[in-house]
Amino acid sequence: MGNVSRMTVNERKFIETAILNDLRIDGRRPFNYRPLTIKLGREDGSSEVHLGQTHVMAYVTAQLSQPYRDRPNEGSFSVFSEFSPMADPLFEIGRPGESAIELGRVIDRGLRESKAIDAVRLDIHILDNGGNLIDAANIAALSALSTFRRPECTVSEDDGQEVTIHPPETREPLPLIIHHLPVAITFAFFNEGNILVIDPSNHEEIVSGGRMTVSINTNSEICAIQKAGGEGVMSGVVMQCMRIASMKAADITKEIKNSVEIFDNERTLRKIKRHSEVATLEIDVPDSSMNETSQLHHITGLKNHTDLIPKSEPNTISQVFIGQASNWDPYSMKTSSHLSKHFVASPSTLSPSHVNRVVETISLPKLEKNQTENTTMDNDGVISMAVETSSVTKTKNMLTLKDAVDKKRKMKKKMKNVK
Amino acid sequence: MEFVNLQGIRLDGRRPKELRQLCAEIGVVSKADGSAAFEMGNTRVIAAVFGPRAVQNRSQKIANRALVRCEYSMAKFSTGDRVRRPKGDRRSMEISLVIRQTMEACIMTQLMPNSQIDICLQVLQADGGTRSACINAATLALADAGIPMCDIVVSCSAGYLNTTPLLDLNYIEDSGGGPDVTVGILAKMNKVTLLQMDNKLPFDTFEKVMQLAIDGCEAISKYIREVLLENTKQLEYRRGL
Repeated sequence: MGNVSRMTVNERKFIETAILNDLRIDGRRPFNYRPLTIKLGREDGSSEVHLGQTHVMAYVTAQLSQPYRDRPNEGSFSVFSEFSPMADPLFEIGRPGESAIELGRVIDRGLRESKAIDAVRLDIHILDNGGNLIDAANIAALSALSTFRRPECTVSEDDGQEVTIHPPETREPLPLIIHHLPVAITFAFFNEGNILVIDPSNHEEIVSGGRMTVSINTNSEICAIQKAGGEGVMSGVVMQCMRIASMKAADITKEIKNSVEIFDNERTLRKIKRHSEVATLEIDVPDSSMNETSQLHHITGLKNHTDLIPKSEPNTISQVFIGQASNWDPYSMKTSSHLSKHFVASPSTLSPSHVNRVVETISLPKLEKNQTENTTMDNDGVISMAVETSSVTKTKNMLTLKDAVDKKRKMKKKMKNVK
Repeated sequence: MEFVNLQGIRLDGRRPKELRQLCAEIGVVSKADGSAAFEMGNTRVIAAVFGPRAVQNRSQKIANRALVRCEYSMAKFSTGDRVRRPKGDRRSMEISLVIRQTMEACIMTQLMPNSQIDICLQVLQADGGTRSACINAATLALADAGIPMCDIVVSCSAGYLNTTPLLDLNYIEDSGGGPDVTVGILAKMNKVTLLQMDNKLPFDTFEKVMQLAIDGCEAISKYIREVLLENTKQLEYRRGL
């Protein structure tokens, strides 16, 4: 991206010649996508997508706001994209460059007509630029929007002006109404528009003469097209691109739906447990790639905190305990181990290729720091937690409520620093 | 809202496949190396080209070709309400990017290394299709400036409302909620350089609408060619040839 060509002449020639022979430098065929991984995040409405080397995160938030006067039943939808220099040395901090704006607008155009909403804001962060940012960002945006839940609000009857937002504990947050999933497919053109490849990588993008992005959904409707100049192509080639895109779109939509479904299943599972079990708390264990000791400390400490004091903090995990303190029995060993066993079983039902996130329910009031240190280094977060719980149950009798309270303050501070 | 009535007449009295009235003038900005004003119905645009000249910002200099810069801005009085638009707002930046890349496809930048070409576009009256009018005006301005091009770029928009493909949408039709396809082609080579679409369209309808836009582009290219020929004749006459 940008005018500066960072490639040597040799590299360019090599890539061009290879493409003339139907070969791509990473060994793909011209119409193959790179491996796609969708991680549905720790909270509703956040997602992380890996498309080959490209790494993009999307996050959805919603706010109550005044609708436009001429469209009182619709909300607004805005897309913001952040290109940090971490992703690519050509990106600059501060004002978004042209490509950032283009990305934002292409995604916006594709998604704008697909839902009825309520001041939804979508933030896209590019973490690593491996080429084809538009596709990756689009997939991230779709996954995030599919899993986003907005709190239900009701308008009070007396004057019709007051709106109360119900926190997630009292009323189930609602999903966004999404009519369809427009998937963006990007093509790159070489050799004066005669050769096309799908999903260009970073090097291919620099060498390419032009790019075209097609947003298409599974109903064979074209949602948006963006071909911003670049080399000219015959109109027949454009139609050929559309046909290929519709086939690819079906695959990608299926993947997104799978990931979202798995996420939804886990979510419902969590909810069931939340109401039935007294001392239960849901925690999202970080992905195995980010498995650090300190992280786990914060999470366990945080869990302790919310366990003891039922009040909501905006930057902590979504579940908050209400009114169950009287039943809470920190020394009941049976329920805790039972629950942990139950949840050891659940991740095996997840397909590892789609979702790397592990959900764990821990029903202990307190875990000692030493215990967590021993068990964090496993790749499978679940097993480590299970081991943890069993080892802690032995030492539980020695801990008292006061220890929990003191540790809680330290954990709370650490948690705030992390956020 | 009825955009095409039963007799097939649109809101401004045109037929579905009819372009708006075109009017072009070359040489409107005296200080610029090349300039043109282009009108498509009520949409009026001025393009001014400066270049090729030395690169202002040394860091952006490219060793083997010319740097093309483009700036698109809408005058405050161009739309119905007088709105103060911030300079770098997202829509303007995107359109600037799009037009720059479109013109880069036709300018022979290889012939002018280490130099810079500036295209400044100003929308005086906006009634739908500003992007297309800007590209057409830029083509004329570049030709007026004598910058070598491999082909002329023309652009036109088309839409689909009331189950009819419509050519060259005006503002009301554009904001009617239907799709808007903007196409830019290299006229002689018949290649598509610019293609943008928003809103949804089923596959086959898209093909029809795109073909209609390409036909519209061909009509505009004929007109532009006539204007350029006329302009060249005038220049010859003034030089006493």
